[in-house]
Amino acid sequence: MTHAALGRTYEDGEIIVRQGDEGEALYMVQEGEVEVVAERGGRETRLGVVGRDQLIGEMAIFERQVRSATVRALGQARVLTLDRKNFLRRINEDPTLAFRILETMSRRVRDLSEEVVRLKEALGEGGGPPR
Amino acid sequence: MTAALRDAPAVAPRRQAPLTLDDGSRIAVIGCGPAGSLFAYFALELAERIGISLHIDIYEPRDFAVPGPQGCNMCGGIISESLVQNLASERISLTDGVVQRGIDSYFLHMDVGSVRIDTPLREMRIGAVHRGAGPKTATERRWESFDHYMQQYPLGRGAHLVHARVEEVRRENDRVTIKARDREPEAYDLVTVAVGVNSPILKLFEGLGIGYERPKVTKTLIREYRLGQDVISRTLGSSMHVFLLNIPRLEFAAIIPKGDFVTMCLLGDDIDNAMVDAFVASPEVRNCMPPEWNPADRACQCLPHINVGGVDKPFADRFLFIGDAGVTRLYKDGIGAAYRTAKAAARAAVLEGISEEAFRRHYLPACRRISQDNLIGRLAFLFTRGVQHAGLLRRAVLRMTIEEQGKDGPHRRLSGVLWDMFSGSAPYRDIFVRMLHPAFMGRFLWSIGVAAVRGSAPRAGEARP
Repeated sequence: MTHAALGRTYEDGEIIVRQGDEGEALYMVQEGEVEVVAERGGRETRLGVVGRDQLIGEMAIFERQVRSATVRALGQARVLTLDRKNFLRRINEDPTLAFRILETMSRRVRDLSEEVVRLKEALGEGGGPPR
Repeated sequence: MTAALRDAPAVAPRRQAPLTLDDGSRIAVIGCGPAGSLFAYFALELAERIGISLHIDIYEPRDFAVPGPQGCNMCGGIISESLVQNLASERISLTDGVVQRGIDSYFLHMDVGSVRIDTPLREMRIGAVHRGAGPKTATERRWESFDHYMQQYPLGRGAHLVHARVEEVRRENDRVTIKARDREPEAYDLVTVAVGVNSPILKLFEGLGIGYERPKVTKTLIREYRLGQDVISRTLGSSMHVFLLNIPRLEFAAIIPKGDFVTMCLLGDDIDNAMVDAFVASPEVRNCMPPEWNPADRACQCLPHINVGGVDKPFADRFLFIGDAGVTRLYKDGIGAAYRTAKAAARAAVLEGISEEAFRRHYLPACRRISQDNLIGRLAFLFTRGVQHAGLLRRAVLRMTIEEQGKDGPHRRLSGVLWDMFSGSAPYRDIFVRMLHPAFMGRFLWSIGVAAVRGSAPRAGEARP
């Protein structure tokens, strides 16, 4: 990654967002990949891997809650911070900008639904005929 | 022939073409700089969302991949902090193949000293680019032209690039006909004009009877110097260099480091050689450029006009004027204004219709926000003009800014104001409100008092990058 690259370059394992911190910004992955992990009872669960041109931390736009997961670089990754105030100002001017957030959230809901089905099947809770 | 047929009118009454974009509607975009590219890209994207197919021809005679004047768009080439973020949130990433240098700070140079101001997040937040492929001496093509890079977005969605100069525009039969050089006339439902204020094409639209008048302009000077990447990194670094010098008629000057070149931009009244010579000979400029630099050894120079007045009515039935051809930001972030007007115009045209009334209700508000902000910008620039011409204020600004550098974000009030003024990263209204904050005013008055009593400011900020 060169001196011309925009954003900040994070080295492998470096933390971009820490679970429990206050969320004041969104992040756009510009290059490389980052992993999203949830920590509970001292154990880490990987929730997913996010790649180029994908948003992370978008829940900070809608709720004033602490970060629900930790995000860290998976290899070298370049990430651009999107200022929350600037983003909200733009959405106010141009509501179609929110389509991007909704697309991201819609994709995550779809992924989560598939994950729930997979887990229920693994636990033997699924399999009933559709009603 | 029956009597009924004989009595029928020769031509059936023609139904007026609807003032909406429907499946198969045809759009001409004139000019394929950032405004034209983004308008076409957003229009095609929105059309796809609502399930209609549009045909878009983009007329652009220049080839932005060719170095020299034929591919140049005469611009400083700064992608502001807010625009970098806005494009990223539109999934338009600026790669290091197009950004020649990421800017993470700027140096403010005055006769009383210099100070470096870093971006609050310590990230590369601003992009330095060449709008075209660079000066004609740019033989090594290490970076892509910004305008050429942006063209790929609408072309990737199916827009057609027509390499021809528009010579005639006619309104006829409820459509608009475009005649380009060496091509047959083509009819369109909507024409979006996205050329710069230096384009003679704008004259064509003043004679159409649609109420369009070209914007008020002022002259700027842009020069390119080839210094080489390593020399630039050692001297100017990753900082934009801004100058507030007490040179008659000079409003503002900046030196922007890029890949192998640096771009010098001057803004003022009646820019002439005497003003430029005084600027390049000033110790502040000589100190930030390499010792071996020869001001006469420039790669190119142009004196383009910039839009400083805006257009009162940048639309009519079937016509839209976006970017510099319509309304843009005062002095700064012209590409950011191109993005905002292009997006607003695309939304209005695709979702609301292409009538004058639809544009008045759904496009004009975006233009008004920019115009009204420019009025406040004029007040904010009075502050920098005052600083430029009063030694006491220059010393106070330097003192206060240097003292702020050790503090955290919210307490760097003047640094934040200057950063946003010079980088074009925030609306002028925001900047002006921050300037009126009692803490800002109090601290600034205190700095004026100290500067008056103690004389020159601390010189701690003078270090080179």
